[in-house]
Amino acid sequence: MADFIMPSLGSDMQAGRLVEWLVKEGDSVRRRDVIAVVETDKAAIEVEVYEDGIIESLLVQPGQKVAVGTVMAVIRTETGSIPVVPDEAPSVETPQVSTEPEGVAGPEREQSSPALPPSGTLRIKVSPYARKLAIERGIDLATLAGTGPEGVICAADIERATPITSTEPAVKTPPTPPTKAATEKPAAKNYQAAMRRAIANAMARSKREIPHYYLQTRIDMHRTLLWLASENDKRQIKDRILPVIPLIRAMALALTDVPELNGYWIDDRHQTSEAIHIGFVISLRQGGLIAPAILHADEKGPDELMAALRDLITRTRSGGLRSTEMTDATVTVSNLGDLGVETVYGIIYPPQVALLGFGKTMEQPWAENGMLGVRPILTATLAADHRATDGHRGAQFLDALDRYLQDPEKLCTP
Amino acid sequence: MTNGDSGMRTLTYRDAVREGIREAIQKNERVFLMGEDVGRYGGCFAVSKGLLEEFGPDRIRDTPLSESGFVGAGIGAALGGMRPIVEIMTVNFSLLAADQIINTAAVYLYMSGGQFNVPIVIRMATGGGRQLAAQHSRSLEGWYAHIPGIKIVSPATIEDARGMLWTALQDPDPVLIFENSGLYNMEGTLTTDAGAVDIDTARVCRAGKDITIITYSASLIKSLEAAEILAQQGIETEVIDLRTLRPLDDKTFLTSIAKTHRALIVDEGCRSGSISAEISARIMENVFYDLDAPVERLCSLEVPMPYAKHFEEAVLPQTDKIVSLVQKMVGADG
Amino acid sequence: MKTQRTGKRKAPVINHTHALHLLHGMSRIRRLEEKCAELYSATKIRGFLHLYDGEEAVAVGVLEALTGEDAVVATYREHAHALIRMGSAGTILAEMYGKQEGCSRGRGGSMHLFDEKTRFYGGNAIVAGGLPIAVGLALADKMLQRPRVTSCFFGDGAVAEGEFHESLNLASLWQLPVLFVCENNLYAMGTALKYTQAVEDLASKAASYAVDTAAVDGMDVLAVENAAKKATEAIRTSGKPFFLECRTYRFRAHSMYDPDLYRSKAEIEEWKKRCPIATFKQKMIDQGILSDSDIDTIDRDVAREIDEAVAFAEACTWEPLEDLTRFVHSERRMS
Repeated sequence: MADFIMPSLGSDMQAGRLVEWLVKEGDSVRRRDVIAVVETDKAAIEVEVYEDGIIESLLVQPGQKVAVGTVMAVIRTETGSIPVVPDEAPSVETPQVSTEPEGVAGPEREQSSPALPPSGTLRIKVSPYARKLAIERGIDLATLAGTGPEGVICAADIERATPITSTEPAVKTPPTPPTKAATEKPAAKNYQAAMRRAIANAMARSKREIPHYYLQTRIDMHRTLLWLASENDKRQIKDRILPVIPLIRAMALALTDVPELNGYWIDDRHQTSEAIHIGFVISLRQGGLIAPAILHADEKGPDELMAALRDLITRTRSGGLRSTEMTDATVTVSNLGDLGVETVYGIIYPPQVALLGFGKTMEQPWAENGMLGVRPILTATLAADHRATDGHRGAQFLDALDRYLQDPEKLCTP
Repeated sequence: MTNGDSGMRTLTYRDAVREGIREAIQKNERVFLMGEDVGRYGGCFAVSKGLLEEFGPDRIRDTPLSESGFVGAGIGAALGGMRPIVEIMTVNFSLLAADQIINTAAVYLYMSGGQFNVPIVIRMATGGGRQLAAQHSRSLEGWYAHIPGIKIVSPATIEDARGMLWTALQDPDPVLIFENSGLYNMEGTLTTDAGAVDIDTARVCRAGKDITIITYSASLIKSLEAAEILAQQGIETEVIDLRTLRPLDDKTFLTSIAKTHRALIVDEGCRSGSISAEISARIMENVFYDLDAPVERLCSLEVPMPYAKHFEEAVLPQTDKIVSLVQKMVGADG
Repeated sequence: MKTQRTGKRKAPVINHTHALHLLHGMSRIRRLEEKCAELYSATKIRGFLHLYDGEEAVAVGVLEALTGEDAVVATYREHAHALIRMGSAGTILAEMYGKQEGCSRGRGGSMHLFDEKTRFYGGNAIVAGGLPIAVGLALADKMLQRPRVTSCFFGDGAVAEGEFHESLNLASLWQLPVLFVCENNLYAMGTALKYTQAVEDLASKAASYAVDTAAVDGMDVLAVENAAKKATEAIRTSGKPFFLECRTYRFRAHSMYDPDLYRSKAEIEEWKKRCPIATFKQKMIDQGILSDSDIDTIDRDVAREIDEAVAFAEACTWEPLEDLTRFVHSERRMS
């Protein structure tokens, strides 16, 4: 016995409709005889038989559409050559189905249109490389202002930000309370670790890339402290000025005299900054540090500076720093005198070019006009980038700083 | 001319190609050159001038204007054991032989299950810039680079013009060499012992840290000029000559971009569906997170090449356009 | 140049062995093609499938004139040429199955059968695409001073292509040993010659390139063999190309399955009366060269051979996917 199957009449044919049988049951057929006409998409095609034998039965009726491989007739043969079995299991399609008008689709499916991005949320544009660097250094991109084309945050912005913004998550109040207390600690730990990493990266880079030079001077503070005492006498306790304020004020004025120390070293170029934003190093209780900027320090008098510093410290503790305060420092001051340190040998924050360190003001023997006396002496140390400035400029700066602190009246007027 | 002291001599790109052909014919008795006007005329671009007298009409074989016929004959000769160098006058006319190149040369080895390799070398001039208008100025090398089974090389230097041919002839499979017609008069120096060069790798022609320019052929010359101008502005440009468009040596440009974080592709082909598009895609696929700026492309404008000089210059990538695009990309455009 | 007309000449008397040989060859082709049709219907063979039924005398007659050193370039309707040249149906069928033991490792299929050992340069599925290749193969032979002939088969449709004219011109210009064999079956796919050619005498086109030509009855294996032997002798003597037109007919559609709308059933039936196998059998019996039992033996042998080839193809294996990109480029280096 042999099967006569619906043949594949072209590579793209999946089913065919039997138009007519050219034989009837009981007829004898010879190999290559045409025994059926089958309709495909192209035309009606005569189909031949590959066996000699007698038609045993016809299984498909004219008009019926069946899949390629469907057995359409059985042929009784005497001997069979190797039967060829189709690869795929055939299936029968009923004529009713096939007589339905083709091309009419079912009811149109409601296609849910892809959700549009919620309006109002602005995606921060960050270059892929900047994003990678930010992740590596634990920097929160939301705190950065981009300087690339169309405000894109690019790698240079990340370099500039290091490591300041990295600490933000540690000090910021989470926008929503964590659902599980257990999540808090690991998260905080992560922030700590991220901050540590960021500080490590920035400081390592500074030491690796920046050829530091250090200049140190001792400054007689007695005139400034006298002036400060008289000034504070005029004020209520809550408005009193801390001893660091005249130092910051003198620093800002000295920078206007020697502007080269105020600015950045970026892309192998020294870029001085017109605005003087003094980063003030604040140690955090959890460890780590942060150096938000007192913006436009040179334009502020002692009271304004005091207010600004108080505000900065408060907001640092509460997490309310603005991004410009985080990133815009053009120079940094580190005051460790409160902790009893005599001399600060600072490391510059890239890409800034200078850091001023203040130690503790201590009573020391001091000679002036050939007379030996005891004076409150402060050690001020300048760490500066030798690519941007030379020791001569640094010396001029420390000299200017000293002069302003010997003439404190000048500190008053902005 | 030879400068005996330094071992260096000055010659043109055209001379270098001719020397490569001469050397190949001398070294291997199965190598021969055929194409339109390669013999008695001396080559449309005078590349084969003098070779007919030197080697005779069998090995410097003039053909009728039958691109499909003689390229196919070259394929047959390669199958028959010869090492033909088939010259198609320009890439524009290669379209008349595209069937033989694409449907035969590129597929014979694969289609025959590894039985029949086709060691043919097909050379052709390419490129615009000489006011030859729309039918004689195409740059289709990137378009051919779409086809698996052939290698596409494009020498931009005297050394490569001289040395790529021999290596191509050693290759068991079809190699297409695209010579930008604007380079034939370019002069350069070559060591007296210069020989074969590889056809597998791209080359860093100029090192820099701010941006990578990926280019080839005549655009390499313009890119190097631009890099020189940019250097005076403090912008350090790394310039890569792809040399081979298929298979692409992407390792070289990806490594460079991982360093510079910016990439500009300069390609004389039209922009859509170009080799520059392919390179750009590979950059996205492989070093996306190293990019500090979007990849940019400077290609020919998408018009049939106009005749008028000012129009044609505006269509093609030019040095000043490269300079300003780089300035924009590195944020130094003011 | 001269154009011979050999079709009407009285066939030479041949001996029993040679008659058996020719009939055997044609019968193998017929049986292979029948089996291909069956296997295609059963979806064992896919893609395009172009069968040679009716044209058997051409392949058998022409290839009889070649030596093992000669080369063959064929078209996409090349099962017959491959079978006669390569000898075994097994690797051919395995190729159509897409198996790795196929003669093109399953990368070619029906239209792209290749065999390096017998210098079978393949089925080329671009009409006229093989002609320049044949010219080049002959050019290499000439330059390397090898006394070989390259035979190139193509259909009447190819004559309309530029590559036909370019190749005839090149072969004549450079005096190259190519046997151009035009299998003129009157239809380029579904369009009759009269609708495509201003001059239907195809040999005259070749003659215009100063190529010697002959036209022969392609339904008569002895006539084809005789003409092909004369042609190859001429080529071997002169080193020049030769154009042989074999006027034949394909009994089946252009490709499995086209509806065959472009010609009448009556025309097909008329040509079937000239079936090269049936007429040859009858002639040999009439002349007492072959007996009925000779023919039965051949039919049995051929059926067995093709059945064995099917069994072989069925048993062959699929190449692993990892090998998919093998042979895009050569694995061997140049010598």
